[in-house]
Amino acid sequence: MKNNMTKTTPLDAMEQTTGVPTEENQIAIDANIEAIYYGKFRAVRQSHVPIRKGEITGFIGPSGCGKSTVLRSLNRMNDLIPTFKMKGHVHFMGQDIYDPAIDPVVVRRHIGMVFQQPNPFAMSIYDNVAFGLKINRFKGDVNQRVEEALREAALWDEVKDKLHSSGLALSGGQQQRLCIARAIAPNPTVLLMDEPCSALDPIATRKVEKLMHELKKHYTVAIVTHNMQQAQRVADTTAFFSVDISDGERCGYLVEMGKTEELFEDPKQELTRKYIRGEFS
Amino acid sequence: MKLDPFCAEQGGSGEPCAPSFLEILCDRGFRWLTFAAGGIVISLGLYIIFEIGSAAVPAMKDNGLGFFVSTTWDVARNEFGILAEIWGTLYSSLLALLLGGFFGVSIAIFFTQGYLNHRVAQVFRSIIQLLAAIPSVVYGLWGIYVVIPALRPVASWLNEHFGFIPFFGTKLSGPGLAPAVIVLAIMILPTVAAISQDAFKQIPYKVKEAAYGMGTTRREAIMLVMLPTAANGIMGALVLGFGRALGETMALAMLIGNANQISLSLFSPAKTLASLLASNFPEAGAVEVSALMYAAVALLIITVGVNALGAFIMSRSKRQEAI
Repeated sequence: MKNNMTKTTPLDAMEQTTGVPTEENQIAIDANIEAIYYGKFRAVRQSHVPIRKGEITGFIGPSGCGKSTVLRSLNRMNDLIPTFKMKGHVHFMGQDIYDPAIDPVVVRRHIGMVFQQPNPFAMSIYDNVAFGLKINRFKGDVNQRVEEALREAALWDEVKDKLHSSGLALSGGQQQRLCIARAIAPNPTVLLMDEPCSALDPIATRKVEKLMHELKKHYTVAIVTHNMQQAQRVADTTAFFSVDISDGERCGYLVEMGKTEELFEDPKQELTRKYIRGEFS
Repeated sequence: MKLDPFCAEQGGSGEPCAPSFLEILCDRGFRWLTFAAGGIVISLGLYIIFEIGSAAVPAMKDNGLGFFVSTTWDVARNEFGILAEIWGTLYSSLLALLLGGFFGVSIAIFFTQGYLNHRVAQVFRSIIQLLAAIPSVVYGLWGIYVVIPALRPVASWLNEHFGFIPFFGTKLSGPGLAPAVIVLAIMILPTVAAISQDAFKQIPYKVKEAAYGMGTTRREAIMLVMLPTAANGIMGALVLGFGRALGETMALAMLIGNANQISLSLFSPAKTLASLLASNFPEAGAVEVSALMYAAVALLIITVGVNALGAFIMSRSKRQEAI
């Protein structure tokens, strides 16, 4: 992992090894989940979720279907939960990130995350964005990188005159874009977004959605959303998860995954069709 | 059949009904009871302040404000001053705060930041809280029989080799500032640790997630994110711990040596306001009692001021949390 790191973008590095882009090296994260447990409770069963490079992948499904759990297992955020246990492999840049030799801290530095609730640190806007640069020992021009990240997050014009006031003084939508700027400042390969708009009003939501289309030019994005219209608006590929309550347990799994238009217009599974029609949620 | 919907007499019919006369009486009575309880406590506090203040009036007339800048305490000539005691109180409390504050905050981090299994942390937390239950006089005895003998060789070595540094300028002949400060630090530790733990626990989970989501190591998450976020609460913990140290009496009277002098040396004996009161009261005549009351007023002003500051900082941190 470390060797690949030294190159400018790890995505290019992977392509260089094989030359022409093939189906296989178009995948940024290849998650082969056998099962995810919280203690004895099996939260997710057999699901294969490939995240395609340079695209936005949307995760949709009813509550309790494990879509957030799957997303959070892609950068080992779930390791914060002591009872979490993962069976399976998640391949990223040619490595299994669940290999015991891999430090989850490094994984999270390459695969950034934006959360449901805007969660800026109790520090200035500038320091929030520079945070990732600091912990990654960034050697370049910090001011410039902070400005770039804030511009990429479509927040620069609103905050350029108050960079040193508290990040917590911003509105909810601005805070969420600040969190996006903070996540992308250290140049991660993949950006995971866990229902990033669910705490925002419709106008702020639109801004963040518009921003996502810009983000995918530089980053691979995976987003969990409760909102099917949002998935249709932003996602290139959509993964539909559902929850199986047949054995008296509630276990999430991937039902089907495909190009967003195909999945919404012509789903292969009956369950997907029902969900899209709004027959259950 | 509905007669009057707001009448109390209709209970039991399955319809909503007004509270009965008895219920209203109980409600009123309960309210007066709480008022009375609160009123008694407040008036008791005011009465104590009034009583101490009026007993101090003769000394205030005799000594004036010079009381605060003089270091003489001469019963034979009726000359009194508490500068040395004010110095001793602030100096010993500040040193105890440095020591107890460092360990208290470290303990709070250790208990709340996932270093320990939840249940083990609970056990440790109870043990720290038990420190607060040990009587002051027991701390004093422990200081005399354990801390002072243990400190003596260390102190004489430091004095021999580093005597040019003012802190080690004198020998430890027995009781003195150093043993008093160590014991005092242990006594304020539970306060600082408990309130700092609360400050850390008040940090929302999403802040922790944000830190680790950025790829911080545990040390980075704690030092760069959790500590600054909890800073206000920790500040309040330190101020309240300081307030406790200022007023501590028994253990200090036993350990600090009760010498009426101002010295930077950690090994020289000193005196605090509280230890002055405790050791001089039993044999004081009328004039000295009034001077002691004046000293008590000074101590009261210092501790009330510090506690008010602590409460203010804590309330500010709670308000920030709400935003």
